[in-house]
Amino acid sequence: MTDMIQATPSAPAEPSSWFGRFLDSDVWASFKRSKLTMAAAFLTVLFLAAAVSAGFLAPQDPFDPAQLDLLNSRLPPLWDAEGQSPFVFGTDEQGRDIFSAILYGLRISLAVGFLGVAFSATLGITLGLLAGYFGGTVDAIIMRVADVQLTFPAILIALLVDGVVKSVLGGQLDAATTLAVLVFSIGLSFWVQYARTVRGSVMVEKNKDYIAAARLIGLPAPVIMFRHVLPNVLGPVLVIATINLALAIITEATLSFLGTGMPETMPSLGTLIRIGNNYLFSGEWWIVAFPGVALALLVLSINLLGDWLRDALNPRLR
Amino acid sequence: MTTRTKILVATAAALLVGSAVPALAVTLRYANQGDLKSLDPYTVNETTTNAHLGHVYEGLTRRGKDLAIQPSLAERWEISEDGLTWRFFLRKGVKFHNGNPFNADDVIFSANRVRAQGSNFQTRVPTNAEFVKVDDYTVDVKLKSPNPILNSQWDTWYIMDKEWAEANNATAPTPAAATTPSYSALNANGTGPFKIESHQPGAKTVFKTNKEWWDKAEHNLDEIVFTPIGSDATRVAALLSGEVDVIEPVPLQDIQRVNGSANAKVLSGPELRTIFLGMDQTRDELLFSNVKGKNPFKDKRVREAFFKAIDIETIKSRVMRGLSTPSALMIAPELFTYSKDFVRPKYDLEGAKKLLAEAGYPNGFEVGMDCPNDRYVNDEAICQAVVSMLARAGVKVNLMAQPKAQYFAKVLKSGNYNTSFYLLGWTPGTFDSHNVLHDIEGCRDNPQSSRGESNLGNFCNKKHDELTDKILVETDKAKRDQMIKEAFQITVDEYGYIPLHQQALAWGVSNKVKLSQRADNSVLLYWAQKTE
Repeated sequence: MTDMIQATPSAPAEPSSWFGRFLDSDVWASFKRSKLTMAAAFLTVLFLAAAVSAGFLAPQDPFDPAQLDLLNSRLPPLWDAEGQSPFVFGTDEQGRDIFSAILYGLRISLAVGFLGVAFSATLGITLGLLAGYFGGTVDAIIMRVADVQLTFPAILIALLVDGVVKSVLGGQLDAATTLAVLVFSIGLSFWVQYARTVRGSVMVEKNKDYIAAARLIGLPAPVIMFRHVLPNVLGPVLVIATINLALAIITEATLSFLGTGMPETMPSLGTLIRIGNNYLFSGEWWIVAFPGVALALLVLSINLLGDWLRDALNPRLR
Repeated sequence: MTTRTKILVATAAALLVGSAVPALAVTLRYANQGDLKSLDPYTVNETTTNAHLGHVYEGLTRRGKDLAIQPSLAERWEISEDGLTWRFFLRKGVKFHNGNPFNADDVIFSANRVRAQGSNFQTRVPTNAEFVKVDDYTVDVKLKSPNPILNSQWDTWYIMDKEWAEANNATAPTPAAATTPSYSALNANGTGPFKIESHQPGAKTVFKTNKEWWDKAEHNLDEIVFTPIGSDATRVAALLSGEVDVIEPVPLQDIQRVNGSANAKVLSGPELRTIFLGMDQTRDELLFSNVKGKNPFKDKRVREAFFKAIDIETIKSRVMRGLSTPSALMIAPELFTYSKDFVRPKYDLEGAKKLLAEAGYPNGFEVGMDCPNDRYVNDEAICQAVVSMLARAGVKVNLMAQPKAQYFAKVLKSGNYNTSFYLLGWTPGTFDSHNVLHDIEGCRDNPQSSRGESNLGNFCNKKHDELTDKILVETDKAKRDQMIKEAFQITVDEYGYIPLHQQALAWGVSNKVKLSQRADNSVLLYWAQKTE
């Protein structure tokens, strides 16, 4: 008997590690098929690596005013006749190296993006789980709040939250607080999508037998929600999170461009574009162009990854 | 005809008629980098705001294109032998925009309101001057001590309507730090050549010609539309595309481009404003600093170190693109004869470091800095340059740059001078040194006096103030100038302030508009002519 069972293997060689399982999955197969996705992934990784190693790569710390020399201000890029080493992409009006500023700005943009997504996902998933699992009044309240919020564009909500928080805190905010306020306002403006998606999936899942079984053995509601329901609704959440990462980065850039985000002494990509915007007419194009291109490429590649992930995780498209 | 054809014909007819009527109304569109928040004429003593409101309100005097004092709501005035009584004869037949007649009661009401708590114009009228109504059109001003320049700033002390203010609960001035707008901040009722048609604070203000104005209009406008455009590039684009007719200022980097365009040019000239840095020298501990228990700015060596750490020539060549005049004094050279005798101490980074070490800060210290970002030419860029220059001397400056409405609410008197280190610009309203010595450099220690009203850091020297009092009443010009020189020398020796430079005027004006430029940077559109 034992021999019989071993003789009918269900799979040729079941990979043991999670990495092996991943390489064997449809997701990886679809990734390998798409050149565009691979390019996008490469760019995203490149940006991440650049942001992480900004301290080593950048010839200058653009956040340290002592390293800025006004005499180096408004230099064109290196390939221009008036360009000077080490300012590859030129300098802005304060003598800030644009290349270094982009690297450090990427750090801020990505940090705000990831933290904002983490915050809004946590909030959205929790509220979505509660609404879907309990239904009734809890569901009605959470979902009506979500509906109301959906009637406003996210950027308006972010601006509103940002303004209110800043006026409550008042006075001079240091860099960390400014960053936290940005994350908070972006997080608050993006939680609805998570909540709605999770709620929908939970409503489907909660009537399945394994949930009934979990209830029967007397598990408390939070355990059922987070240990049993949540893992089964994470697929769509992952897709939303990726696309929202790009959205969060754009929102931060927009806030900074409007002047309510990062200060000029600690520029993110949006702040750099705002500074450079003032010099567009006078021919000093490099101040706005390079940060603009960096932002566009970053958002584009994350969006492409998000699109691919959505298709790859959608069983109907396989 | 079916109903549908009828509608079509009617629409076509309406369109034809609409296009056939010539555009009669002449509208001038004006954009400034900063906005217009409060319409209350006693909230913020700031040239741009004063110029905006000067279209609506008038003072007893006014200043012409050459800045000479002219009679306005007062037709003439007399000074008594002892110099203690000034008699003003008011213009008859002048009406406020709401139809109320202008008379002596309005002047007395305005004199009390401008000196009340919350006003930023307390220096306009001496605190102890008594206003007496002789008859409906005659007012006596009784002074405790002679003041030969009593009415030299009355062109921007705007007269308000007593009845209107009382009826609308607006008898108290709106402080700059007020968080809820008062009636007088949202509405205006003056005697001037324009009325406020609509006002959205910070967004758009529409002025309409006052047909019943008592004087002959020098403009041909029916309407002025004011909008703030904070972004430099957007403001220039709006001028070049013809969306607006006048902008102030033209960003320095775009002057060439505007002059090279076919439909606009730059009106430029030297401005009488001095841009400077001030330091809190009065508190025992700075509000925004990591130094506790003492105030580093009380030590002259620290002030001198700050002065010497700033490389003004590089600021001129890089930030101001050559369009500024570094200044040794707190007043423009055009306004004081002996300005050329003063030389700015040289930039000396090593000397600054040494001074800081001697003062007990070998590793520097941290201090917060307040800076407007939509008030002066490249104000925020100058502040950033100062931050990086001081960083090299070891001082870590935490810059807070914000729009002027918030900035003024924080740092001015109504905000309790809530600053440690700041950038400000000043044009003496009298166009005379006494105003600088009194308003900017005078001690703030007597709450009964308006001396030092805009001395945000309270630089204070008693000998300087004694001289200021003598200068006020001295009539011999040579003697007076000598005393002014002496007083300025005290401020210079004490490093009481860090004067930076005089900026240049740069207005962008469409070729359709003719405009006179006044050296105090007041954009006064009641002298504008526009052709369509």
